[in-house]
Amino acid sequence: MTTRDYSMLGEDGRRAVETGLAAAEWYHTEVSRKVMKDLMQRNDKAAIVDTLILYGAMIALAAAGIALWPSLWSAPFWLVYGVLYGSASDSRWHECQHGTAFKTPWMNEVVYQIACFMIVRNPNTWRWSHARHHTDTYIVGRDPEIAIMRPPAFAKVIANFFGLVDSYNGWARMLLNASGRIHPEEATFVPPAEFKKVIFVARVWVVIYAATFALAYMIGSILPLMVIGLPRLYGAWHHIMTGLLQHGGLADNVTDHRLNARTVYMNPFSRFVYWNMNYHVEHHMFPMVPYHALPKLHALIKHDLPAPNPSIAHGFREMWPALKRQLHNEEYYVRRVLPASAKPYREDFHQTALGQVAGE
Amino acid sequence: MMSNWVDACSTEDIEAEDLIRFDHGGATYAIYHAPDGAFFCTAGRCTHEDIHLADGLVMGHLIECPKHNGQFDYRTGEAKRAPVCINLKTYPVKVEGDRVLIQVA
Ligand code: FES
Repeated sequence: MTTRDYSMLGEDGRRAVETGLAAAEWYHTEVSRKVMKDLMQRNDKAAIVDTLILYGAMIALAAAGIALWPSLWSAPFWLVYGVLYGSASDSRWHECQHGTAFKTPWMNEVVYQIACFMIVRNPNTWRWSHARHHTDTYIVGRDPEIAIMRPPAFAKVIANFFGLVDSYNGWARMLLNASGRIHPEEATFVPPAEFKKVIFVARVWVVIYAATFALAYMIGSILPLMVIGLPRLYGAWHHIMTGLLQHGGLADNVTDHRLNARTVYMNPFSRFVYWNMNYHVEHHMFPMVPYHALPKLHALIKHDLPAPNPSIAHGFREMWPALKRQLHNEEYYVRRVLPASAKPYREDFHQTALGQVAGE
Repeated sequence: MMSNWVDACSTEDIEAEDLIRFDHGGATYAIYHAPDGAFFCTAGRCTHEDIHLADGLVMGHLIECPKHNGQFDYRTGEAKRAPVCINLKTYPVKVEGDRVLIQVA
């Protein structure tokens, strides 16, 4: 049994570069240029409508929560507000970072900055880190965004349903940056010309949090923190739930997104919160297709993909036992069957680098 | 040094606001048809990673890379959107009749 080295500077990463597994050519379902061009087209309307609904709902829910505070009747409003603050911010951060949400660049940037604040990810640092996840998706030692490593750290995963690990890291990094310092790890991927911006944004955030704390102190209530800050914790569960399904229990060290990503059909509320990232195989194969065109892309290429999980619960029923098995067998992963209409998995793309393909 | 004009394609080969890939002499180029009808040429691969720009999206005078959505102004090669930081090399273009020629040396 091997032990994976997830460090960006470790043995697995070095081997991935040496063998060509890093920055490799990945499998793509064939889509004609004309159709793909149509799918890639940007459009402000869909994202403007969604953004007005999102921010409008957040204002209304927070207002209701404040009006009913401290009665228990305020709880349902906070619960929904929390999901919009602590989870929808993840998908908005993601889509605007790709620049695909809006056609107009400044609109992407405004929503991006707001989402970054809510999810506590410095906009100037995280702009650079997601690129690697797309180049080397779930390549051990190369992808810095592997949510569940093998063997899975269940305590960390569960703590993150309450935002505990991620937000602690985010706030600790914010304080470090606000003190004028850059973490050595972020210095490896953020261009030095951006350091000033990283520090400036961290300082602005510290001022916002300080004002929120001061207000809470003055009125002798945590109510201001229910609006700013705490929803990052009590509303995180939805983005962790959907985020785990993206790659959890599937293969690593492969160069075919059909083997390492999962498409899951979801209810309309979750799709709104998640901005259609439930079409995750499609997103990885064609990251230029905006979120609103992913259902169309899915319909077009699903003949070449494993059957999507029909629900979130179904996805968890597939993923959770696989994670449990990985506790004892790091090589285990769920290998889903392709429909007869699909091109076979291109094992040859990654097999040499892997040595062998395990799993079943 | 002698200028080296190469016949790359027909004006009809590239839709307006689109690009094609053109391989010549072991190198890859991207040839663009701007919305205003002008033609431009840049290196064919992104400066961030080794990705063909021909699968990307032309929006006005920008080319967006298909891998990480980095953008360049294809008229000047200037890097416009992260994660690209290094400008693209550009090449002179001329149109003779219905032919698009690029100067590659
Ligand atoms: S390869 Fe072009 S933006 Fe990354």
